[in-house]
Amino acid sequence: MDFSFLNQAAFSGGGVYLDWVISGIKWTLLVSILAWIIAFSVGSVLGVLRTTPLAWLRAPATVYVEVFRNIPVLVQMFIWYFVMPEIVPKVAGDWLKTQLPMPEFWNAVLCLGFYTASRVAEQVRAGIQSIPQGQTNAALAMGLTLPQTYRHVLLPMSYRIIIPPMTTEFLSIFKNSSIALTIGVLELTAQVRQISEYTFRTFEIFTIATIVYALITLTVTFSMRWLENKTRIPGYVGGSGK
Amino acid sequence: MFTGFDFDVIQHSLPYLWQGMQFSLGLTLLAMLGGIFLGTLLALMRLSPFKIISYPAGAYVNLVRSIPLILVIFWFYFLIPIAMKKLTGNPYASGIGPFYSALIAFTMFEAAYYCEIIRAGIQSVPRGQVGAAYALGLTYRQAMTRVVLPQAFRNMIPILLTTSIILFQDTSLVYVVGLTDFMGAAGKIARRDGRLVEMYLFAALVYFIICYSGSYFVKRLQARYNVGR
Repeated sequence: MDFSFLNQAAFSGGGVYLDWVISGIKWTLLVSILAWIIAFSVGSVLGVLRTTPLAWLRAPATVYVEVFRNIPVLVQMFIWYFVMPEIVPKVAGDWLKTQLPMPEFWNAVLCLGFYTASRVAEQVRAGIQSIPQGQTNAALAMGLTLPQTYRHVLLPMSYRIIIPPMTTEFLSIFKNSSIALTIGVLELTAQVRQISEYTFRTFEIFTIATIVYALITLTVTFSMRWLENKTRIPGYVGGSGK
Repeated sequence: MFTGFDFDVIQHSLPYLWQGMQFSLGLTLLAMLGGIFLGTLLALMRLSPFKIISYPAGAYVNLVRSIPLILVIFWFYFLIPIAMKKLTGNPYASGIGPFYSALIAFTMFEAAYYCEIIRAGIQSVPRGQVGAAYALGLTYRQAMTRVVLPQAFRNMIPILLTTSIILFQDTSLVYVVGLTDFMGAAGKIARRDGRLVEMYLFAALVYFIICYSGSYFVKRLQARYNVGR
């Protein structure tokens, strides 16, 4: 193993190959975090909708979850990037094609965000449904409205229960961010493949990428385990470990 | 919004798309069988009381589960030809062809995920069952294959199938090494004929129908298994 190639001047763009690796890590994190914000907020709303007693609110959320969960991310990525600008009204389509800065980046963020939202919704729903029905009844009996019941009783409990599966979902966004390379986002996997093509140091550079992914995964796992211990609900058997 | 939507292009390309679908289904099925087999071995290794056996299995599973599938595919496309040269001693050995390379990559990747499911399944079998099997004079091998694993697999069938539906979706990622699975076939026609909208929406529809009916079937199965429990 010889890692000196990292200090060689890169084929293009000035700088050395190490800069490509760092820029790849930066884009991977940026895509993952922005997509996670979408996934978490949209997924929470959908998860709440799926548990409401109102059928006309449940139905659209169920359709959303089934559609987004049953189409591969790669296909969704292409639909956002290639199909969306063609089927929206012409003005919007033209804006997407010519005006939007960094289209591949934003499409990757939206795609991963809305895809993972469907999975987050299922976790939120499972969390809410794991709370005994008596708590909802008690809240309503005390005169709380349905939104207040969710805000003060159901959600604070369920978010604490579902920390472990939510960690898994975040890590899956983080790993799925590599699919963004198919529409041209130069995230970590794309960068290391590029470097291996220019330097033929495939073994070394793939090892580096593997270690970086593993380190970030470990960091996230351990900090979430800490958070889980901090927020454990008294009287519940914590789900730590797995 | 669908003005100029050309259904003919889909109809003309159906035979080619079907070839791609056969590739996807074949890859899914074989990777699933291989993954469950390897995953069972890994799970038994992880549950072994000997650290020298359980640690390497644990390290492999945790490492593979923390890196993206695309990187795993790239790894195996790089490593398999090297391994072939070492194994055959022929410096010009050309590897084993794209299908088998993809199959090995998916099997090795999915084995790590199946392993965790199977491990949980084995652990869900009451401890007394193992004790009873040993007390009857069964060996470790007999206790596992005749008592523990049959019960464990019965509990795990729904989740193993759900994982396999996700595996079917994941096979679309062979796109990154240019193979012609269903998605690859749709993409090639889309670019050849300039019909991206039709082909990608059609691909999405086909994947949706297959995966939705698959998960509906699993749900029915689960409801049936839960009876009598």
